[in-house]
Amino acid sequence: MRRLTWFNATSLTLGFAFLYLPMIILITYSFNESKLVTVWAGFSTKWYGELLRNQSFLDAAWVTVKVAIASSTIATILGTMAALVLVRAGRFYGRTLFSGMIYAPLVMPEVITGLSLLLLFIGIGMDRGIFTIILAHTTFSMCFVSVVVSSRLVTFDRSLEEAALDLGCSPFDAFRLVTLPIIAPAVISGWLLAFTLSLDDLVIASFTAGPSATTLPIKIWSAVRLGVSPEINALSTIMIGIVAVGVISASLITKRASLRQQADERAAVHA
Amino acid sequence: MAQVVFEPWNDPKAKPLIQFKGVTKRFGEFTAIDNQTFDIYEREFFALLGPSGCGKTTMMRMLAGFEKPTEGKILLAGQDLAPIPPNKRSVNMMFQSYALFPHLSVWENIAFGLKRDGKPKDVIAARVDEMLKLTRLQQFAKRKPHQISGGQRQRVALARSLAKAPKLLLLDEPLGALDAKLRQATQFELMDIQEKTGTTFVIVTHDQEEAMTVASRVAVMDNGRIIQADTPARIYEMPNSVYVADFIGEVTIIPGTARKSGEGYEIAYAEGMTPLYAETETTFDNGETCHIALRPEKVAISAERPEDRRNAVQGKIIDIAYLGNLSTYHVALPNGQMIKAQTANTRRLSRRGFTWEDTVWLSWTDTAAVLLKG
Repeated sequence: MRRLTWFNATSLTLGFAFLYLPMIILITYSFNESKLVTVWAGFSTKWYGELLRNQSFLDAAWVTVKVAIASSTIATILGTMAALVLVRAGRFYGRTLFSGMIYAPLVMPEVITGLSLLLLFIGIGMDRGIFTIILAHTTFSMCFVSVVVSSRLVTFDRSLEEAALDLGCSPFDAFRLVTLPIIAPAVISGWLLAFTLSLDDLVIASFTAGPSATTLPIKIWSAVRLGVSPEINALSTIMIGIVAVGVISASLITKRASLRQQADERAAVHA
Repeated sequence: MAQVVFEPWNDPKAKPLIQFKGVTKRFGEFTAIDNQTFDIYEREFFALLGPSGCGKTTMMRMLAGFEKPTEGKILLAGQDLAPIPPNKRSVNMMFQSYALFPHLSVWENIAFGLKRDGKPKDVIAARVDEMLKLTRLQQFAKRKPHQISGGQRQRVALARSLAKAPKLLLLDEPLGALDAKLRQATQFELMDIQEKTGTTFVIVTHDQEEAMTVASRVAVMDNGRIIQADTPARIYEMPNSVYVADFIGEVTIIPGTARKSGEGYEIAYAEGMTPLYAETETTFDNGETCHIALRPEKVAISAERPEDRRNAVQGKIIDIAYLGNLSTYHVALPNGQMIKAQTANTRRLSRRGFTWEDTVWLSWTDTAAVLLKG
């Protein structure tokens, strides 16, 4: 193995420090005994215990999870449908406008998306709460799903669907039995993307949330404004842990799937 | 006992399985199929042959139901196909890319169509096993498509399209992805399976050798029209046009003018050259333009002028294409006309007579050349 040069070692260290030092400090202080965030007073897990007893945090966490699951599921269904139309329908009147409108929310500032949704909900007299957050999150994460799924559909061999039709499937069965299982990885990663986007959204949620429902990011944000407490550190550490486990397991699953595919192909060659 | 020749197209009592009646297909301004009327009979192995873009794939996709004719009708066993969607037709297709479902095993791929029909489990299992046996795939039943070789995939695709016992099987360039050796073996396998199952096959191909090998009739297509549909032998020996003669196999085309002479015609093809002679059933006016189509294997090559042949011309060997079993000589006549002559290499290399720049005589019989209009 090549040894690192002095320059490479330095830039590597600095780079990693820049990325991870803030998180390491946060994690370290979440185990701090003291109530003062910046003074180390010995190891303790008491803030994690405190967190579990804090009902308002738990409620917010539950709302966040419900919103994320509901909005990412709806967004996945709508986004996949939009992708199908964009990739499959060929030319139709207003196609450019349609695709532009689907991708616009990607670049739209969140403040504007949030504000316009807020105005809409007020305009039609809809009470703000968990339902409005779900709608808002569906709106902005749908386009991400649509981008992910349509990039898969572009390389999808249409003759697979024609073969299904030819063998007696109705168009819906052809989609359900052939297309969907094949594009499933893209649909799932679209769902995961929508899920994470919803989990950590602060701006749009704060426009569309009402007194009856608050998400965790809003809760943390408003708590921090009154001063950082070790409890927030503990909460953030848990979130980092969940994300890390998710990312690592996702990449392990992909890695294993591709290894198995390679092994299968090798077996086929020698068969 | 007299051998029964399979020629339903010559039998006025035979009922065609497929009838194209004035079928035209347009894509916008482009006419893919131009007013075609023809029949395909039961148990036929019918080949649509032509260069890419000639409309052969469109023809097949209309039979499968993926395209609808702009004008005219297609009948299957007397029934108009137009209102029937692809999933309700007793027509199955083997796709060029095979289109095997990657998430299903070989067994499940073959069972796919049967399951859609809601057949009982044991019936499906029996039929799939039968198909696996027919295509010699028993030991691969549990594999996924990416775990088997190209030739095996091709057989899975065939088994899957045959499983529902369709009235008509469409094959879209079925052997395009296979290498030459495997392709040849598979051609005979296809013919064998076609004979065993008694299914009518329609094959689309741009490979003339493949069409000639497998088909009972070959339809040569150009620009959305069938130029000639006939048995491989008649297509080769009796082409009806310069296009067909030129498209199938090697040929020398010599343009000239015809003049009646005894049983046949004398064809003047160049100033100062003795006219060539050909017998034909087609009638030409005196002075009418015509084309002589001459297959290279029907042209003999010799050092001395042969005494017994009316058609003999002298020329110089410009090029020799050595193919192992055959050699094709490109011989230039004094007027610049090039004629191809082919000889079988029955002797080893050292014993062969002619080489570049040699002056030789080419000769052929009165009936060897085909005389074409145009």
